[in-house]
Amino acid sequence: MSARQLDPGTTEPEAGPLKLVATLTIAGLLSGVAIVGAWQTTRPTILAYQAQVLKAAVFKVVPGAQGLQRLAWQGQTLAAEADPGGEGDDTPVVYGAYDASGALIGYAIPAEGAGFQDKIGLIYGYDPDASKIVGLRVLDSRETPGLGDKIIKDQEFVHGWDDLSTTPSIELVAHGKKAAPNQVEAISGATISSKAVMRIVSGSYADWAERLPKRADAPRQEITPAASPAKEVAP
Amino acid sequence: MSQSDRTAEELLKGLWKENPTFVQVLGMCPALAVTNSAVNAIVMGLATLFVLVASSGLVSMLRHFIPKQVRISTYIVIIATFVSVADLVLQATLPVVHKELGAFIPLIVVNCLILGRQEAFAAKNTVKLAIADAIGMGLGFTFALTLLGVVREILGSGSLFGMALFGPNYEPWVVMILPPGGFIMLGLILLVFSWVKQRRQARQARQADPAPKVGVA
Repeated sequence: MSARQLDPGTTEPEAGPLKLVATLTIAGLLSGVAIVGAWQTTRPTILAYQAQVLKAAVFKVVPGAQGLQRLAWQGQTLAAEADPGGEGDDTPVVYGAYDASGALIGYAIPAEGAGFQDKIGLIYGYDPDASKIVGLRVLDSRETPGLGDKIIKDQEFVHGWDDLSTTPSIELVAHGKKAAPNQVEAISGATISSKAVMRIVSGSYADWAERLPKRADAPRQEITPAASPAKEVAP
Repeated sequence: MSQSDRTAEELLKGLWKENPTFVQVLGMCPALAVTNSAVNAIVMGLATLFVLVASSGLVSMLRHFIPKQVRISTYIVIIATFVSVADLVLQATLPVVHKELGAFIPLIVVNCLILGRQEAFAAKNTVKLAIADAIGMGLGFTFALTLLGVVREILGSGSLFGMALFGPNYEPWVVMILPPGGFIMLGLILLVFSWVKQRRQARQARQADPAPKVGVA
């Protein structure tokens, strides 16, 4: 305690309650200004990066895609929806993947659910005309390094989703046991994570895919570039 | 002791003699959680260094204005502000590493190393000394994390800074990048640290007074 008594800062007379409140108020105010300043400065870069990651993921899970557009249910019809760019917006969306002429070639459907350790976030491509899943990428996961993270690193597993029939339903089978076009082989040593991915995709598929319109009935990509998230990405 | 000697001493003590991780054993949560690769460890170390230096400088500058009754709350506001700024800047500049570090960047706020330096040092010393102390402690922390990260990445992933070292036939010692590996490696490094310290003390004792050696023999 002797060190504290020597400190010139604390030998001053007791501060009154007003000074205490004023100190914390000023600290809070300055802190707010600094954080909001940093947030506004970094936001465009952060959003551009997120859009770029999303675009890359959509183009990977729907082969041949050249453009994308956010789609959401408005009543009974699926329609293009501008990206509100805000957080906390939890309207379920899918991304329409388009060819160069603006015609839909498939959907990229984001989904998430519980993994072995934490949430797994993924996106998968769906071709409504062929009723097939055409690709899958795990975007977010904290699965065990060396074991569960094979759902990202094991190319055999990742490409097991490239041409997967959904009739009658998708199934997970043991490694090396694939016998039908609607089966995916689990990763040996990462069964729980493989099952989690299958569960997430099956759940999302039941919610989305059955209702998604065929290519010809889907909304076309709007020509006005303003509504397209792809525009936000710097070339 | 001259002023510059004092500054140099405050700067150097954090690197080895009072190393925050290996001697004071502070900030164990990030030291164990994010040292599964060298890059993660360095970025975490540097983010902590930035927050520590900025907070110590500001706290020391304001030490006569902050009433002691609200000092802890004020320090935490200052620290939390710099952490939020560091978090956003990392997310914008190094998004991949930022994602790997996840919740551990915001958790720098509650790293006891940082609040500890404000209370124990910055609040009682000049800005120059406080910044020297913060740089020393921050570099000492970065050094400790990097050492852990490098060893764990080499053993657990067979790579360094993401570059494979041993070719495709190397079977990684996966446990080293999992939490138990962090504890084991930290324990081994602490062991080496105290062994080196003990040897040095023994040698100093012998030089100061050689008589006990004869007595033992």
